[in-house]
Amino acid sequence: MQPVIDIQDLSFRYREATTDALKHVSLTVNPGEWVAIIGRNGSGKSTLAGNIIGLLEPERGSVTSGHVTVSGLPLDDEHVWDIRARVGIVFQNPDNQFVGATVADDIAFGMENRAVPRAEMQQRVQAALSAVGMTDFAEREPARLSGGQKQRVAIAGIVAQAPDIIILDEATSMLDPAGRRAVIDLVTQLQQERHMTVLSITHDLDEAARADRIIMLAHGAVADVGTPAEIFTRGTELAANGLDVPFPEQLKVALRARGVSVPDDYRTEKGLVDYLWTLRSTM
Amino acid sequence: MNSMILGRYIPGDSPIHRLDPRTKLLGCFYYIGIVFLANNWITYALMFALTLGLLPLAHVRLGFFLRGVRAIIYLILFTVLLQLFFTTGGHVWWQWGWLTVTSKGVVNAVYILCRLVLIIFASTLLTLTTQPLGLADAVESILKPLKPLHVPVTELALMLSIALRFVPTLMDQTTKTMNAQRARGVDFGSGGPIKQLKAIVPLFIPLFVSAFSMADDLATAMEARGFRGGDGRTRYRALAYHRGDAVAVVLLVVLTVVLIVLRTH
Repeated sequence: MQPVIDIQDLSFRYREATTDALKHVSLTVNPGEWVAIIGRNGSGKSTLAGNIIGLLEPERGSVTSGHVTVSGLPLDDEHVWDIRARVGIVFQNPDNQFVGATVADDIAFGMENRAVPRAEMQQRVQAALSAVGMTDFAEREPARLSGGQKQRVAIAGIVAQAPDIIILDEATSMLDPAGRRAVIDLVTQLQQERHMTVLSITHDLDEAARADRIIMLAHGAVADVGTPAEIFTRGTELAANGLDVPFPEQLKVALRARGVSVPDDYRTEKGLVDYLWTLRSTM
Repeated sequence: MNSMILGRYIPGDSPIHRLDPRTKLLGCFYYIGIVFLANNWITYALMFALTLGLLPLAHVRLGFFLRGVRAIIYLILFTVLLQLFFTTGGHVWWQWGWLTVTSKGVVNAVYILCRLVLIIFASTLLTLTTQPLGLADAVESILKPLKPLHVPVTELALMLSIALRFVPTLMDQTTKTMNAQRARGVDFGSGGPIKQLKAIVPLFIPLFVSAFSMADDLATAMEARGFRGGDGRTRYRALAYHRGDAVAVVLLVVLTVVLIVLRTH
């Protein structure tokens, strides 16, 4: 299977910076896969996302040598706009990515840029609105929406363009827990229904736990790759990277030390509770 | 502050609301032009009757219009007094040094008052019944013929609509910054005007900084969504003329003819 994102030996240094933000990063993402990229602030997570769609002009690395490939297209001046059409990105701040004066206008913005005919646009805006459950909000102004609703509108704008890949660039970090859950559930649903690839850049390990694979960045380089279960069992390594081990994982380590057998796969808090209270049950 | 800029539009579904924003914008300018055709009692009476007749049609209360008049009451008074005291001709009714009140001066003063009130009514009717976004679309559509002259019409319209969209966001930001400064002991709204002005200066710097970072984020988001300048874009929002717009145009033409016939030559 050909990977949908293929990054080979990508290095990137910001202008006037003394060290590289990304150092020889190589990774691949397969179609339909959900990959989470974790790491502390300044580890290069968002720089990586910007590089995938050419928002930051890499000074050395991929572009000249063709080392970033997205949906089979090399990232270069000729293909950058085609790549952007195939990748939808949700940024951190819900307010600063809302372009349209109303919800419907914002969803249509990307299609307007690609000169989609008006009749088709109206159809696709309606479909995208119902896909994210915001049909009643079509004429609302952004000032009258919550942060979570604005992020859902941003996702609707992506859905309307039907890209292959969704990148969540810390998209849930400014939301309350309910908004966070709604956004992640929505992306999960879209990934399953539309076979999209998801690349989520996050601090939130509960969000990362949804991933098929986690890539941990440290100081601009890939520090670790593995399934959530594999990554979360390496508690000290996570702590060294400024990330808290999720509570259920901490509990599992403590239980194992006391000789209680617990499953190896990642469980949410509720999942672990369910496991534990049925453990001794004989019914 | 919020209500001053955005609260002027009153959502509704009246025949006036349904008019195309281009018709309303151009119609308002045209109306202001033909106000100057009126030059006797009967023509002013006609203009007032027509303008007040539009109120029930637009489902808005007279109070909103009077508020518009109140906002610039001093400008009106100044202009009226100027006319009253400095117009010469006709009977001299009252004189004190170089100030004279003549019969012609009184008539002119009343005419000027009528003219100003009519103009305020017309422009208030426009803003009360038209969404700011609709006005932005109208401006774009009206300026479209300038496109071959390399006037960046699409970009201007996009700028206007983004500016409108960011008004509440920047208001929020202002409130947040003010509260943050209040929490550290800044006192807004007390002391003399100079002191109040000085308290506002430190507010602007964090506000500018956050506005620039917002603009940077927005530009990145726009580029990520494929924005490559105004050329070759299609529009989601489209304006369309309906029957009401034709009726409005006919009304304005009839009004012009009647005014020309009735005015004093």
